[in-house]
Amino acid sequence: MNWNSWAAFWDMGGAAFYVWGSYGVTFIAIVAELLLVFRRRRDTLTRLLRLRRAQGGRPAAASPDSSD
Amino acid sequence: MTMQSSRGFHLFHFAAPNTFYPLAGRLAPWFAGLAALLAALGLWLAFFVAPTDATQGEVYRVIFIHVPAAWMSMFVYLVMAFWSGMGIIFNTRLSALMARALAPTGAMFCFVALWTGALWGRPTWGAYWVWDARLTSQLLLLFLYFGYIALTEAIEDPRRGDRAGAILALVGAVNVPIIYFSVKWWNTLHQGASVSLTKAPSMAATMLWGMLIMALAAWAYTIAVALWRVRSLILERERHTDWVSAELDRQGARP
Repeated sequence: MNWNSWAAFWDMGGAAFYVWGSYGVTFIAIVAELLLVFRRRRDTLTRLLRLRRAQGGRPAAASPDSSD
Repeated sequence: MTMQSSRGFHLFHFAAPNTFYPLAGRLAPWFAGLAALLAALGLWLAFFVAPTDATQGEVYRVIFIHVPAAWMSMFVYLVMAFWSGMGIIFNTRLSALMARALAPTGAMFCFVALWTGALWGRPTWGAYWVWDARLTSQLLLLFLYFGYIALTEAIEDPRRGDRAGAILALVGAVNVPIIYFSVKWWNTLHQGASVSLTKAPSMAATMLWGMLIMALAAWAYTIAVALWRVRSLILERERHTDWVSAELDRQGARP
């Protein structure tokens, strides 16, 4: 065990700013990416459902790349 | 949608978007769970098992995210280049979507590597940033990621966007070995590799284990997020097909 107390743990031998600055920003970046991925999924479904409803329940109009 | 498990397993079976879509949906949560478990184990090793560094003190603990993030940022770019090449050679629809799905995660890890490097550099070198070969080539990698994302998003015709992105990914891949070997080729402030295939690692075993487990966590995370993201890309791209229509029915019927 490296730490005698929680205070010592959070202090990181005086390097708290650098250590927690690194871990904190990494954590935020990961959470933000996950939120964006799930929001994109929701937005895609909403958009495609609306698009299809506008076209009377048929699949969205074929795009030029539909032949392959 | 049922998996064809009888009479021989065909890997290429899953190269079709309509079979890969449900497979990705089933696999992603497992990789996400694995990433969470590995990260918990890695962080425990990083903070409670790995000893204080004799010369750097506690600040070295940044290594447990810095090195895995830097590895991932390079590796993801190479995987993007691989899928881009596959897409160009075999003209497979899914390849370019995989490359597109990986780019934001690669960029995220690239940013994390640069950020944590800056915060580690300040107390050990006395500067957040220096224009040395390793740091500069890693910054170039971040711009390559941004360039790839901007280029593929900007081109209206999706298949043309795929091709333009593929060329950028393949040409930019030259930068990856430059990053990796920069500490050997140039006299850099950045230290050499702590772990290499040719010599024993220059660090304590518990530090090494912590770093490797965090790297595995980053792998599992990347796979999970890329699979989730590619599902949205597949739906967009295949929206004119009957199977997407059926999937929309299922999703739309949900409360």
